[in-house]
Amino acid sequence: MRALRKILDKQKPLFQKGGKFEKFYYLYEANETFLFTPNHTTGIKGTHVKDAIDLKRMMMTVVIALIPPLLFGIFNVGHMHYIATGQEADFWEKVLLGLQVVLPVVIVSYAAGGLVEVIFAIIRKHPINEGFLVTGMLIPLIMPPTIPLWQVALATVFAVVIAKEVFGGTGMNILNVAMTARAFLYFAYPTDMSGDVWYYLGGQQYADGFTSATALGIAAETTVTDGVQPVVATLASTNNGMFEFWNMFIGLIPGSIGETSTLMSLIGAVILIVTGVGSWRIIVSVFLGALAMGYIMNLSDANEYLSMPAYYHWAMGGLAFGAVYMATDPVSAAHTEPGKWVYGALIGIITVIIRVLNPAYPEGIMLAVLFMNVFAPLIDYFVIQANKKRRLQRATV
Amino acid sequence: MELINLGIKSIFIENMVLAYFLGMCSYLAVSKKVSTATGLGVAVIFVLTITVPLNWFLLEFILNEGALSWAGEQFAAVDLSFLRFIMFIAVIAAMVQLVEMVIEKFSPALYGTLGIFLPLIAVNCAILGSSLFMVQRDYSFIEATVFGFASGVGWCLAIVALAAIRERLKYSNVPDGLKGLGITMLITGLMGIAFLSFVGIAV
Repeated sequence: MRALRKILDKQKPLFQKGGKFEKFYYLYEANETFLFTPNHTTGIKGTHVKDAIDLKRMMMTVVIALIPPLLFGIFNVGHMHYIATGQEADFWEKVLLGLQVVLPVVIVSYAAGGLVEVIFAIIRKHPINEGFLVTGMLIPLIMPPTIPLWQVALATVFAVVIAKEVFGGTGMNILNVAMTARAFLYFAYPTDMSGDVWYYLGGQQYADGFTSATALGIAAETTVTDGVQPVVATLASTNNGMFEFWNMFIGLIPGSIGETSTLMSLIGAVILIVTGVGSWRIIVSVFLGALAMGYIMNLSDANEYLSMPAYYHWAMGGLAFGAVYMATDPVSAAHTEPGKWVYGALIGIITVIIRVLNPAYPEGIMLAVLFMNVFAPLIDYFVIQANKKRRLQRATV
Repeated sequence: MELINLGIKSIFIENMVLAYFLGMCSYLAVSKKVSTATGLGVAVIFVLTITVPLNWFLLEFILNEGALSWAGEQFAAVDLSFLRFIMFIAVIAAMVQLVEMVIEKFSPALYGTLGIFLPLIAVNCAILGSSLFMVQRDYSFIEATVFGFASGVGWCLAIVALAAIRERLKYSNVPDGLKGLGITMLITGLMGIAFLSFVGIAV
């Protein structure tokens, strides 16, 4: 540690004002604060906040919370590959294959986004945004395993520039950066983002009789095919019971790299809630909103998807992942506490509406989060107006 | 059910601003504060709900080919549809005058903040656009009413959401070149992506 400190101190004059690399000061600063706690103190005047938590610590907590879905995703990519091709493999073979697929995506995402960050930090003379640590990890986790790497790079650059840097960087954006990256790819390259992309085949063929659809895809299908049987039965009978509830809950299903496991997302949720980084209000209200909307859908029996048990929505697709990591993004979510309830509940409700009623998209969490990001400031506005009104009434002149 | 679908479609999917980019001028100019934006939004809803059905009557009983047959045999072959634009604009302008007088009477403050943009509703492309869409899509009277109202709601929703976002933007650090209209255009585009979520929805 001390050696590191020495190296940093030795380099410092080079980067300070008048030094050789003055322009790259923020690059140096990023490394320094990454390795050591900054020793800035507040001035004599003003409020003093005595807490070690800063943006960097907060973002690292989220990255730590993202480790369970990441590890599970790595295993699952391999697992899905061997299931789909009908081969036997042991645990480590699956992990190794998963690593081969997932690691490049993570590296490309961090490299592309990091480069843009550094360029902007130097040009605009602001510190390097730690927010990217999270975004760079989130983007790979919401990509299908077959995604071409150049698209990952393109989407990352697009999202970091258009959704974040033009607003001034971390903490000032309107839309969730990772979700913007995904939405960009979703609409720009739909063939690589939907359909037959959820299994990494590596040039091999599907095993005989294997269905490559996702749970949501199958559920949506059952609404249109004749001679329907309940969605649950259809799901359970696909690929030897791959889509039974608990299997979906654990996450041994096809999907984007990190989104499949509800269980892992919930572990992440515990980390976020215990450390106080993520808002439990948002997480809870997303789940409740989805459940409530599921029950409302159950009132109608126009088709089989409508009467699917509401709690299935929790385990299918990326609802849990989106609720825990996307909706809780403290920047793009509603900032006021009552607003968070409304914001989260609407995300859950819209997700289920899109899933069930919108044949164009099988999954709704991505667009629901983006949609509510747009309206979060408005929710806050109304909450604040209500607060003002209440306080004015209480005030006696 | 059909009508609900039409309503949802006009509010979210075929949103006047975010899908057709109609009515951009006032959308960009009056979206700095939520309160003003709400005022203008409500005015647009009002004008649209009145003018689209009114124009429907105009079309059905005066302008279309053979629409005048109720006035007598000799008018049965008259086709006045070349007067469509000017008549629509006249109806819209008259309605806007009405709204202006009402607002001036009941909320002088709002009247002051809306300023020139209130009379400019008359030339707001979203308003004329809705009437023309009504013609193009052959709506019935009820459909035209629902369509007018829902388009207004969609426009209002978009401008209010944008205003709330722009109020929050005060804390952002937008590059100089993008300040003002530039960043607003970008936000509008991003909002358009978010609104794509409802494409294809059907109750």
